[in-house]
Amino acid sequence: MGGHCLWDGTLSPNDFIASADDLTKKWMAINPNLPQWTWIPCQRMDVSCNTQAEGYLALENMYQLSASEVNAPTDDENYSAEEAPFDNATLIQSYNDDMHIYDFHIVYSFSYQVPVLYFRGYRCDGHPLHLCDIEKDLPPYSSKIRNESKWTFMTQEEHPYLCCPWYTLHPCGTSDWMKLLLGGDLPSKNPDMLHYLSAWLSVVGQTVGLRIPLELHDKSI
Amino acid sequence: MELCSKEAVKYVWEGAIPLQIHLHESEVTTLPPPPPILVLGSRIGYLPLLVPLIKPHFSSTLPPGTDTVWFDYKGLPLKWYIPTGVLFDLLCAEPERPWNLTVHFRGHPGDVLTPCEGEDSVKWSYINSLKEAAYIINGNCKNVMNMSQADQLELWQSLVKGNMDGYLRISSRLKLGPLGEDCIVRSASSSAQPRQAIGEPDFTGSGRPCRIPVRLYVRNISEDLDDLEDAVPIDNWDRISYINRPVEIHKEEGHLSFKCAMKTLLPKIFFEEPLVDDHEFLREGETVGADSSYGDSETIGGSWNAQAEEIPFAGQPQVQLLKKSKIKMIRIQGIELDMDIPFFWVVNNLKNPEYFLHICVFIGTSTDQSTFR
Repeated sequence: MGGHCLWDGTLSPNDFIASADDLTKKWMAINPNLPQWTWIPCQRMDVSCNTQAEGYLALENMYQLSASEVNAPTDDENYSAEEAPFDNATLIQSYNDDMHIYDFHIVYSFSYQVPVLYFRGYRCDGHPLHLCDIEKDLPPYSSKIRNESKWTFMTQEEHPYLCCPWYTLHPCGTSDWMKLLLGGDLPSKNPDMLHYLSAWLSVVGQTVGLRIPLELHDKSI
Repeated sequence: MELCSKEAVKYVWEGAIPLQIHLHESEVTTLPPPPPILVLGSRIGYLPLLVPLIKPHFSSTLPPGTDTVWFDYKGLPLKWYIPTGVLFDLLCAEPERPWNLTVHFRGHPGDVLTPCEGEDSVKWSYINSLKEAAYIINGNCKNVMNMSQADQLELWQSLVKGNMDGYLRISSRLKLGPLGEDCIVRSASSSAQPRQAIGEPDFTGSGRPCRIPVRLYVRNISEDLDDLEDAVPIDNWDRISYINRPVEIHKEEGHLSFKCAMKTLLPKIFFEEPLVDDHEFLREGETVGADSSYGDSETIGGSWNAQAEEIPFAGQPQVQLLKKSKIKMIRIQGIELDMDIPFFWVVNNLKNPEYFLHICVFIGTSTDQSTFR
């Protein structure tokens, strides 16, 4: 990426680490009472490819009220209104069941040279959420995209470090919109990569219902 | 050596593994139990594509319920999105023929295995891989995204049916190869005469390194094994390190052997030494700790725990080890390659149809306890 070249919207592994650190600090300053982003180092025992540190950024135990609770009466399949319309105990149980907990991981993709969001959700009792449960938590426009492009927007994939299925957002368009987001006003100059992850998360977080405070994108912090 | 050998590609496409598939005993509801079924699994194919052949053989004995088909080998649930040939190369250190697999139609282990919703899941997993490869090679996936629905379907159908010519006809329009030693994608017509080829103007002179899509699977086996047949079967994917990272080649490097490419992928293991059989490479000062910073053990920190357990005294934080790692074998498409073979030949001819080169590496690792400090 020479100075004369147009920036292509990608991020180097070292910039990813620096930017992750920046995001972590900003998040802590803005959201001291929420769960915090943590860098999880992953040194593969025998096969570490590079001298640079490997790992990912994790935000775990984020509570989210499901959309059904906010917008409409509960239609949880286990406690449908027809089954027990007047049982207060059941309704309270149902309320608890609607509290969903999400874990978010940001992993660097060496293929796309951009960050990729992996996430999973579960109920308070630890029971994992299926895609149909998660969909209820998504903002309406994400559900719409998901219906239109089932296989190319959000799918279950193997987590690159944990080797088990997590949900992920496909990264093939990330560099294009990051170019617009960060490089828009000064196309001939490389933007400050420290702000890459905060800017990226301000867009990606919204698609999965992770509310990002506006200040996160404020460069002065 | 020619850059691209149609003969070699044909061998890859015709490669198949004889499979003997048993129904898991928990799903047998009739007596006598159904005999196993023998099928040929294409190396470049995927296990779920065999279900239409297998299902009729077992359908009369299945318990009631809906199907979520998955396979296991000696108890290890098989990842359906890894090509069958790669699974075989990786899990059967000593090739077993026929390869005995178990099929399950019930009880999908969702915590370790992404569910497969039939052929559509496989098709989209393949197309997403193809997109990823296109991005690695060209810096964008426009050519794959802009493919017509008809071409996309025909490309997929050719792969499912093993129709190489049909596949090559459509895939050549994606302009993803063959790659020349100057790191320029050749147009298909000029591939026979690489020296005179004219590259695609899109990515000449951009100064960026050439990137090659590689999926690397590294399996640890005991150092002391002389016979791969004695390798302990894998019961957990944690024992395999999967590295999805392109090989980057700078133009000035020019001629590049397979060995050099492997060095860039696994620098710690190859070190600066030549790869010689029975030559041991020492790594000193490897820091190992059963450090809790690897994350909450409840949140699937399994891989770290499992690795830590392999090391004596792992409970002591920050133990300094002297570890010996040795490459035991490298396999691509079932072949152990000469390490001096040009890397571009390997890429152009032994890649899978989604343009990824799948490399299986067996490493012997031993820990010398006397070196603990």
